[in-house]
Amino acid sequence: MKKKRLALLLSVVLTTVAVALGGCAGDKQESTSQITIGIPQDIEDSLDPMKATAAGTKEILFNIYEGLVKPDSDGNLIPAVASEYKISEEGRVYTFTLREDIKFHDGSSVTADDVVYSLERYADGQSGDALASAFSNIDDISAPTDKTVVIVLKEANTDFLSYLTAAVIPKSNADPDTVAIGTGPYRYVSRSPQENIILESFDDYWDKDNAPQIKKITLKIIANADTIVTELNGGSIDMFCRLSSTQVSQLSSDYNVYTGTMNLVQALYLNNAIEPFNDVRVRQALCYAIDPQGILDMAFDGQGSIIGSAVYPTFGKYYMPELADAYPTNIEKAKELLAEAGYPDGFTFSITVPSNYQPHVDTAQVIAEQLKEVGITANINLVEWATWLSDVYSGRQYETTVIGVDASMLSAGALLDRYRSDASGNFMNFNSPAYDAAIDAAESSVDDDAKTAAYKQCEQIISDEAASVYIQDMVNLVALNNKYEGYVFYPLYVQDFAKLRLK
Amino acid sequence: MIQFLKLRKNFKAGAVIAGILLFMALLSLFWTPYDPEKMDAAHKLAGLSLAHPMGCDNFGRDILSRVMTGLRTTVVIAVGTVLIGAFFGSIVGSLTGYFGGSFDEIVMRINDVLLAFPAVLLALVMVSLLGGGKYNVILALGIAFVPSFARMVRGEFLRCKDLDYVKNARLQGAGHMRVIFVHILPNVMPVILSSVLIGFNNAVLAEAGMSYLGIGVQPPDASLGRMLSEAQGYLYGAPWYALFPGLILVLLILGVSLMGNE
Amino acid sequence: MNLTYVLKKVISLMFTLLLTAFLVFLAFSVIPGDPVTTMLGTQATPEKVAALREELGLDRPFLIRFVSWMGSFLDGTFGNSYSYHVTVRSMLAGKLPITLTMTCMAFVLILLIAIPLGIFLARNSGSIPDRIMTVVNQTIMAFPPFFSGILLTLFFGLILHLFKPGGYVSYTTSVPRFLGYLILPAVAIALPKAAMATNYLKASVLKEMKKDYVRTAYSRGNTTKGVLYGHVLKNAIIPVITFLGMAFTDMIAGSIIIEQVFSIPGIGRLLISSIANRDYPVVEAIVVLLAFLVILTNFGVDLIYRLVDPRIRSAMEE
Repeated sequence: MKKKRLALLLSVVLTTVAVALGGCAGDKQESTSQITIGIPQDIEDSLDPMKATAAGTKEILFNIYEGLVKPDSDGNLIPAVASEYKISEEGRVYTFTLREDIKFHDGSSVTADDVVYSLERYADGQSGDALASAFSNIDDISAPTDKTVVIVLKEANTDFLSYLTAAVIPKSNADPDTVAIGTGPYRYVSRSPQENIILESFDDYWDKDNAPQIKKITLKIIANADTIVTELNGGSIDMFCRLSSTQVSQLSSDYNVYTGTMNLVQALYLNNAIEPFNDVRVRQALCYAIDPQGILDMAFDGQGSIIGSAVYPTFGKYYMPELADAYPTNIEKAKELLAEAGYPDGFTFSITVPSNYQPHVDTAQVIAEQLKEVGITANINLVEWATWLSDVYSGRQYETTVIGVDASMLSAGALLDRYRSDASGNFMNFNSPAYDAAIDAAESSVDDDAKTAAYKQCEQIISDEAASVYIQDMVNLVALNNKYEGYVFYPLYVQDFAKLRLK
Repeated sequence: MIQFLKLRKNFKAGAVIAGILLFMALLSLFWTPYDPEKMDAAHKLAGLSLAHPMGCDNFGRDILSRVMTGLRTTVVIAVGTVLIGAFFGSIVGSLTGYFGGSFDEIVMRINDVLLAFPAVLLALVMVSLLGGGKYNVILALGIAFVPSFARMVRGEFLRCKDLDYVKNARLQGAGHMRVIFVHILPNVMPVILSSVLIGFNNAVLAEAGMSYLGIGVQPPDASLGRMLSEAQGYLYGAPWYALFPGLILVLLILGVSLMGNE
Repeated sequence: MNLTYVLKKVISLMFTLLLTAFLVFLAFSVIPGDPVTTMLGTQATPEKVAALREELGLDRPFLIRFVSWMGSFLDGTFGNSYSYHVTVRSMLAGKLPITLTMTCMAFVLILLIAIPLGIFLARNSGSIPDRIMTVVNQTIMAFPPFFSGILLTLFFGLILHLFKPGGYVSYTTSVPRFLGYLILPAVAIALPKAAMATNYLKASVLKEMKKDYVRTAYSRGNTTKGVLYGHVLKNAIIPVITFLGMAFTDMIAGSIIIEQVFSIPGIGRLLISSIANRDYPVVEAIVVLLAFLVILTNFGVDLIYRLVDPRIRSAMEE
């Protein structure tokens, strides 16, 4: 009797379990236009485009906000909030005409007042280095009519237009930190911390030719990189960017893989101010000892573009492919240089790596292994992203680090300016008077050919001085469920969700 | 008698399992089948074979070799943790239990607060204070284990301090410290030792859990918990990568808990 | 149970909580790594750091910050998150139910497994099933929840396809699917505890059975069943309650890890990410909240204990 009751209870429990388990599997909603995209981290800085600092945040906000101009998928600047613009002969006065039909996500029309308000916020100095210093060149911003904005510069700057990708937000939004209102193809709906962010297509988007195709986008936060493949194959997410080749090799046939580049300068950055890295011979020895191809083969299945200086190939005319071969792997040469520098038996140093970026952690592990050959011991010091920012980037209290540096726009200055000896982003403490002169020449030059030549000279100096051990622009593998298509790569660190569509 | 034999059997089985694992860990100091850090592109996620009985990981490193060194890391951390916890816990527990009074009241109040934090949580917060790495994990877990040892030893001291042999020792003129450390502590030892085995297992679990979360041992150092976390990314293509570190972890805990049963 | 005792306990409880909060706050004041530089990221300049520190009130003295922080506990907002610019309460409100539901499900599982099994094994002590279960229990106890979690994912998710790994469904979307997703994680954290609880209950029942009153009951002609359910169980359950209390608090802590295994956006996930972001208000609130839960559970166990067993009352009231 008792046993029967127990058996009954057990069977009830088991059935419930089976039903519940079954209930949560295989009932993927086939609703026509929605997609779940996995992202590696939540938006943890701010929804306010001015305060957003993380690359991961900016690439999402790219879909919500637009500037007067915005980059297209070739990296060219196209009119966005403005329908057209005129630059005066001497290059100091910019006149923008706003689109007639453009609206914010809250339904209000974009006025010249909103644009002036937005740009003045940036000019206040509250925003990032790049924008604050570029905007300090502004003499006056005015709105002569409701749909016209005039910007007058103190002195002409050929790069200025690219800074006007800065987002335009409505003056009426009192709390841009938590309420995101822009003019982009997607509007912000809601979020749940560490769980998801929900976007919906904006019906009144001005660009009817490039109107968003998919109605609802759920950005699902996948903090544990180790579960990405499981979630893709299980169908919990439809798309994920920046996968490793090993991850891709495990994907089921439901996925199409798009191959592009990350648009990052990945390197073993050296703190040039401290021993032994203040000795150019030691830095060069490291360049000879580390084999970028070996790193690619071991950690990236051979994919990625090897680089030899601080510019990656997407930069076209600024890029110098020959520098990639400046330091062919040569153990003997490395040992010689080390001996000359007074380290015949090598030395020990640490590589500080942010633990949330698996490709960099993998790269550091391979580097440590390669350096054993020349007698150098590299200890890996994994730190939180927060610690990396405060210790390595801001504090410069480190020996070496593996990281990828991105560019905010497609001008070589965006990558090269940080090597100026007094630049606030010069976390490698690179110090070369010759370089400072070269970068000054490049930035003040108005003639395009002269400018390009000067930037190339900068790259050459970085390579000669072995400022750091440059490795690659990493391959960017994007997995997209084959129900969807249309993923487009940009030469910058952005994601364009509006191009995605159902097959 | 039968009961006794059965217990002995448990103990023996546990000792054999724990002994073999300990031997593997010790052996890894001198010899592993391969260099546990040696990467080999040709053997990435290679399956089980005679050459690699547990297969290879995502860098082509031999999993058996890494399990051996990982086991060593885990054992070293667990032993270190328990030693710190037992040592400082015994001191705090003896002093508070023996002297009592407001000193006991204050220390035990703080102790109880610390006890309210699950050890893993406490260690987690502390490692985020101190930064990761083997020694910081030992320190953090060790400190996190102090309160429970302190409470247990204090209880024993409360029980012992009014016993006749203690009173006799006092009457014969033995100082407080002598009474605590020469007379009472040896009598409390068996209780401490049995807690040490339980503590060891808790430390193994805590270390593995923290390393699994990525805040414990740092790569390229192998740790069973860290291997499990990395292996989760390859569950589809290489389930054995997760299986072996996990099973070794289970065996270690099983062996020690069998030994500590009585 | 008299009122003074409860009152005394409650006051001591409040004091413990205050001390807990203070220790946590102190710990995070000395932690290396500045939340401000994290928030500003790669764009930190000394002027902006100073401005933001002032905006967040981080430039004030330690004690003032502590008092204002405690104030935010009293008004129930728990302060503002640095990362999300909303009150910590509004963040926790959505997460706490997830973690608690999972822990409660695990707790119910423990009861469902341990009580029938413990009694069954005690009644059939020494039999073949008992011997087998002893070995099985011992083995299950050695399985760390995160490893069982991985095995369950592998088995139910990748082999049987009954379970969608990472397919967590919010309770706001669908409650049954939400509960369905939580079953495996709950099983993973419940298994070792259920094995231990079974052992405890079995040992406790066996011990009670040897007591005089049981013999008396038998001699009065009661059946085994009558004695077992009428007398023994009530007494045998008492030592198990303490264990269950501990198991509950252990599982709350264990959920931090298991949430990572199953990608569940609960308190644990929020804690780990907030530690990484130096989002101190969130970390402090969660740590204090978890400690609060543990202290409260212990308090509850204490009360239940006294309700179940009148004999303890006088001993504990001293």
